[in-house]
Amino acid sequence: MTIPHPPATRVTAALARRGRWRLPEVAFWALALAALFLLPGRYLILNEIAILALFALSLDLLLGYSGIVSLGHAAFFGLGAYTAGLLARHGVAEPVVGLFAAAGAAALVGFATSFLVLRGSDLTRIMVTIGVALVLGEIANRMAWLTGGADGLQGIVMGPVLGTFEFDLWGQTAYGYSLAVLFVLFLLARRIVHSPFGLSLCAIRDNPLRAAAVGIPVGGRLVAVYTLAAAYAGVAGALLAQTTQFVSLDVLEFHRSADVLLVLIIGGTGYLYGGIIGAVLFRLVQDELANLTPQYWYFWVGLILVVLVLVGRERVVATLAAPFAGLLRRFGRPVREA
Amino acid sequence: MLTLLFDGIAYGMVLFILSAGLSVTLGLMNFINLAHGAFAMAGGYVTVVAMNRYGVPFLAALPLAFLITAAVGLLLERTLYVRFYGRSHLDQVLFSIGLVFMAIAAVDYAMGSSQQLITLPAWLQGRVDVFGVAVGLYRSFIIAVCGVVVVVLQLILTRTRFGSRLRAAVDDQRVARGLGINVNLIFAATFAAGSGLAGLGGALGTEILGLDPTFPLKFMIYFLIVVTVGGTATITGPFLAALLLGIADVAGKYYVPEFGAFVIYTLMIVVLVLRPHGLFARAR
Repeated sequence: MTIPHPPATRVTAALARRGRWRLPEVAFWALALAALFLLPGRYLILNEIAILALFALSLDLLLGYSGIVSLGHAAFFGLGAYTAGLLARHGVAEPVVGLFAAAGAAALVGFATSFLVLRGSDLTRIMVTIGVALVLGEIANRMAWLTGGADGLQGIVMGPVLGTFEFDLWGQTAYGYSLAVLFVLFLLARRIVHSPFGLSLCAIRDNPLRAAAVGIPVGGRLVAVYTLAAAYAGVAGALLAQTTQFVSLDVLEFHRSADVLLVLIIGGTGYLYGGIIGAVLFRLVQDELANLTPQYWYFWVGLILVVLVLVGRERVVATLAAPFAGLLRRFGRPVREA
Repeated sequence: MLTLLFDGIAYGMVLFILSAGLSVTLGLMNFINLAHGAFAMAGGYVTVVAMNRYGVPFLAALPLAFLITAAVGLLLERTLYVRFYGRSHLDQVLFSIGLVFMAIAAVDYAMGSSQQLITLPAWLQGRVDVFGVAVGLYRSFIIAVCGVVVVVLQLILTRTRFGSRLRAAVDDQRVARGLGINVNLIFAATFAAGSGLAGLGGALGTEILGLDPTFPLKFMIYFLIVVTVGGTATITGPFLAALLLGIADVAGKYYVPEFGAFVIYTLMIVVLVLRPHGLFARAR
């Protein structure tokens, strides 16, 4: 018989408290589900938001929970997109199989490249992650016989999801499908970050040396979370490929990695909802700006970025979110002193 | 074969001029400036506008590109960059990416998205035979100009008081400040000069690198490779790295075109993983 260790029980209790579901969270997901029925005609953008949210969520696991700055996260997004697209093109019409394959492929490459980001400073990590994305982009470009090169991967035909839900013209199934995947993966991520494993990641983020000193296997944990984040990004890419039935080299490009970083920064890092809220805001703002100045909306994106960091991103987000501060805290957003 | 080597050296020289400023920013202030390419692009567009719209001769446009870009660099350093020295690398990266996006869109708006061309003066066009090797006149001109710049930079860095202060500040900023060196002033001057050099590089490179609004993103990785592989401690490190990169890129595109830029990216990753402080860095 073992007597529970007092600190251990305290930690377990604290983790359980942080991991408890709160009412606004339930309301949030109910709202997302309601959009499936209440917003006809907006399914395309809703679908894009769900995919972008999943992509940002995967980056949050890296940046928000483990402190790894990556500027090449599109590598795994694109890999997942091409994997799912190629599978569908060569006869595997079931989307869910494509998702698993994409997650597997991205996780494999993520695992292999994770050892490269373990070493070195922020700059080295940034360079290596950009480099990995560039190498993959170059491979996709050169292997035109397989990927279609600059013309993109065409002729993707998707079967119904799980054999029952046929993709329709308006994208209702697409949004429902993406939302369901996002929700399931969100649940998984939520479980992971509220586990002792997640707690150890935060410790590494805050102080790698001290984390190593208290016995956390820093290298192993980072490899694990990098692989996990890669798999998540791969699934996001697969969703894009399956719901738009098209993959182009664009999925691997630098601006996609930069965009997802911006999305996460807008929403705030380290509480999982940041990526989702950021995705909603980013897409809505992007839509408005693209209507205003179709060709040059990147200027405004750049301006938002500069202003955001100039004023201090924590402060801007905190000020804008002040009316919702109580609400956001209930989403589990970490409270920081401004 | 020798022509290829020659072209590679010219290409590498331009890359060095383009990246020299970045190595100082990174080494001195530990600032990850992804927007460095925007200054190079500015220099290129200054040349294009000056030559095509106002009929300024090529030789006069080069110093113009240097001066205007340096002024812009100084302005931005004093107003924006200076606020980011103590910040986290993530903030610096976000800020400079924002600048790049703005620069790309602004240039696109002002000049259009097409490739910009300049007409070189007649005495720089064509090739001559030197001992059976076809040598491009413009490329020899580039090598000459860049060679002079490298020698001048090296002399400034090793022989002048400003150079020794700069080296002191790079080696140990705190001690340098303690000795009464005005590190901020040195940095502002160096940043302006580095931006100016990038502008000059952009002007010289218009002909061989091409110039369109996506320039800062397209070549960002090249500047970063030069600086991280060469290390930030000396001028010679980035210089050798730039030459290697130029020769490898030109030769790679000629001999194994099916691999494209693949070789360079892979090499960069390998070097960074094995030697995180650069190929030519001193052991710390």
